[in-house]
Amino acid sequence: MANSISPHATHLQPQGWWRYFGFSIDHKVIGIQYLVTGFFFYLVGGVLAGMIRTELATPISDYLSREAYNEILTMHGTVMIFLWIVPVVNGAFGNYLVPFYVGARDMAFPRLNAVAFWMIPPAGILLIGSYFIGGAAQSGWTAYPPLSLTTPATGQVVWILSVLLLGGSSILGGINFIATILKLRRPGLKLMQLPMYCWAMLGTSILVVLSTPVLAGTLILLAFDIVAHTGFFNPVQGGNAVVYQHLFWFYSHPAVYIMVLPAFGLVSEILPVHARKPLFGYTTMVYSILAIVFLGLIVWAHHMFTSGTPPWMRLFFTIATSFIAVPTGIKFFNWLATLWGGKIALNSAMLFSCAFILNFVLGGITGVALAQVPFDIHVHDTYFVVAHFHYIVYGGTVFVIFASVYHWYPKFTGRLLNEPLGTLHFVLTFIGFNLCFGPQHWLGINGMPRRVSEYDPQFTLMNQVSSAGALLMAISTLPFLFNVIYSAFRGELAGDNPWRALTPEWLTSSPPPVENWHGPAPHVEHPYGYGMVDPA
Amino acid sequence: MSIRVSVLIALLSVLLVLAGLWVGANVDLLPLQASTNAPVYDELFQVLFSIGTMLFLGVLGLLIYTLVRFRRSSGDLGDGAATEGNLPLEIVWTAIPAVVVLFVGLYSYNIYERMGGMVPLSDHGAMHGMAVGEENGNAKVWAGIGAAPGLSPAVSVDVTAMQFAFIFRYPESNIVSGQLHVPEGQLVQLHMQANDVIHAFWVPQFRLKQDIIPGQPTVLAFTASRPGTYPIICAELCGLYHGAMHTSIVVHGRESYEQWLTENTPPPVTA
Repeated sequence: MANSISPHATHLQPQGWWRYFGFSIDHKVIGIQYLVTGFFFYLVGGVLAGMIRTELATPISDYLSREAYNEILTMHGTVMIFLWIVPVVNGAFGNYLVPFYVGARDMAFPRLNAVAFWMIPPAGILLIGSYFIGGAAQSGWTAYPPLSLTTPATGQVVWILSVLLLGGSSILGGINFIATILKLRRPGLKLMQLPMYCWAMLGTSILVVLSTPVLAGTLILLAFDIVAHTGFFNPVQGGNAVVYQHLFWFYSHPAVYIMVLPAFGLVSEILPVHARKPLFGYTTMVYSILAIVFLGLIVWAHHMFTSGTPPWMRLFFTIATSFIAVPTGIKFFNWLATLWGGKIALNSAMLFSCAFILNFVLGGITGVALAQVPFDIHVHDTYFVVAHFHYIVYGGTVFVIFASVYHWYPKFTGRLLNEPLGTLHFVLTFIGFNLCFGPQHWLGINGMPRRVSEYDPQFTLMNQVSSAGALLMAISTLPFLFNVIYSAFRGELAGDNPWRALTPEWLTSSPPPVENWHGPAPHVEHPYGYGMVDPA
Repeated sequence: MSIRVSVLIALLSVLLVLAGLWVGANVDLLPLQASTNAPVYDELFQVLFSIGTMLFLGVLGLLIYTLVRFRRSSGDLGDGAATEGNLPLEIVWTAIPAVVVLFVGLYSYNIYERMGGMVPLSDHGAMHGMAVGEENGNAKVWAGIGAAPGLSPAVSVDVTAMQFAFIFRYPESNIVSGQLHVPEGQLVQLHMQANDVIHAFWVPQFRLKQDIIPGQPTVLAFTASRPGTYPIICAELCGLYHGAMHTSIVVHGRESYEQWLTENTPPPVTA
């Protein structure tokens, strides 16, 4: 059905603004639902981050109670990962773009798609609600036992339920993407003709489907330990706390790629359009995604170099982790080569994309360093690691999310975002981000552990610089929020294809009709054919 | 490619390498060195810092140059060159990171060995004779860095980590202390156990960290190299007062350590 126009399609789908609040099965509506819900949780997670940075503006624990601080740091991590980044880079852009890219009228399983989205709001409400009813979880987003077995049980159990729901949603989404990309392609469209974001989503979905069930199983065992007093992870009852760490990181390291690979895909769509050049090295890009998927599954224990892992394991995981730098490096060189010799429009989408390259290269360098056991032993569990992963997930993925919003907003709404406000948003975010997380490298190297609400007074200045950066990041969301709301009503009309792009989502009206194309789906063999074919 | 461009690229590359080396050698971000492991660690840090600086500055320079040189002039609706790839170039930038990463991996393996990290762990034979394992015939002992079998430590200390303190017991003299006192220049071995949740023992000036996991007695060895007082920090989230869980390690000169021992040894208990 998804490959033919249904005459009743428009009657089956509600058309007004209220469709965004209902059980729509249109992939574009679901994509926007993911995006807006995710952004709401970004603001929630941001407020939590602001509270953490406020507490850390002074060396003593004075702004929040100790319970509240540990609850907030746990919720900040959980919200940002499971309710903002994963749903947005996968769910939002994946749902909106993948059917266009494969030339389909919807996802393979539209109802499953809607179910996957509607699991997110209850999970978010559970998680945040737990703070007000009996207190949220306090053991960090990693929930290591035995700590997670000894902190107040209610919050921890609600946290587990919430993460299980979100993981379930993620698995349903992953199955849907794999089926759509492999089975719903327009007849004649070859895999090696797909836009790069499809490959990124295929790789990511494989990771989701292989690793998320492991997290689910682990958390169910943890819940048994808490509720039924079993002893899977409790050393007092003969359990093993390190086994939990292995199982947890078997999901949670691939989770980094679940957050980062789709961002690689999105950037690969944005750069060619605004540089007016084909994506450089398409084939190596595809193989490097597959290599990252494979390597991403066999590097988890680099999170456990201080947990008493045997030396052969340390050696193996050091080497496997280091080698991820090779396929990742290929992608970065290919992006730079895509820009080289182009005709670059330095608009907001490009500014965020180029800053992503810089931030991620820095995060990648510290990542290769952290993969080395002897290096890691000193900085593990310190602010150096906090800085490293924020350079990856914020400097990397969140910058790409913003770039993507600037790039695809005209597709979503038919109107352009305001460029000067976009530039202001970029400048504030870029300075704020580097001010916030740059100094944290130094803090970690010099002796500040992570997840503390107090610290040695010698670290006061750098912490205050970091907090000032966080404030700037908070301020930077204001021009963005104003821009997306104002432009929806008063923004400059974009036309169907303001960027003169060649990828299939632009070869229809903006916003697109239900079932995507008025006529048959276009056959796009060269999604990056800039300089080769005339834009439609 | 013209000769002028090739020379320019070669010159810039040399400059980049020099800049990286200079930064690695001259920018000191690390805390004081107070153990024999610290200089070994810092050597690795310096090398990684140099390579990282070269890579970062290289990408930064290339990106800015590209954005400036290939910026679209207003009104230009044309496309850039339709290059879709360049196999030799792609092979080069696959090979360079591969070689760098291989070098870094082998080099850090060497560093790790020099730190005494490559000891067979949780191996009953290798750990034979270590105090913690003996307490209970079949208990496994996990070894942290520097805990090589066959070394005879000058000082042996039992460490108990609990919410939210470290307790140090000196089995030979029955001293119990909240502060760790060790002599300079002698091998110290810690037998660490956690009572409740996971903690971690971290001395930044020693570049030394080891998790202390309940149910997993762990051995850690080091040699302090510089008298002074340094922080011992718990680095693993362990509950509400995690941030307050720290104490200090006092590295004594030889005589002052003996003096500390005599002053603090409790008198023998008389029944």
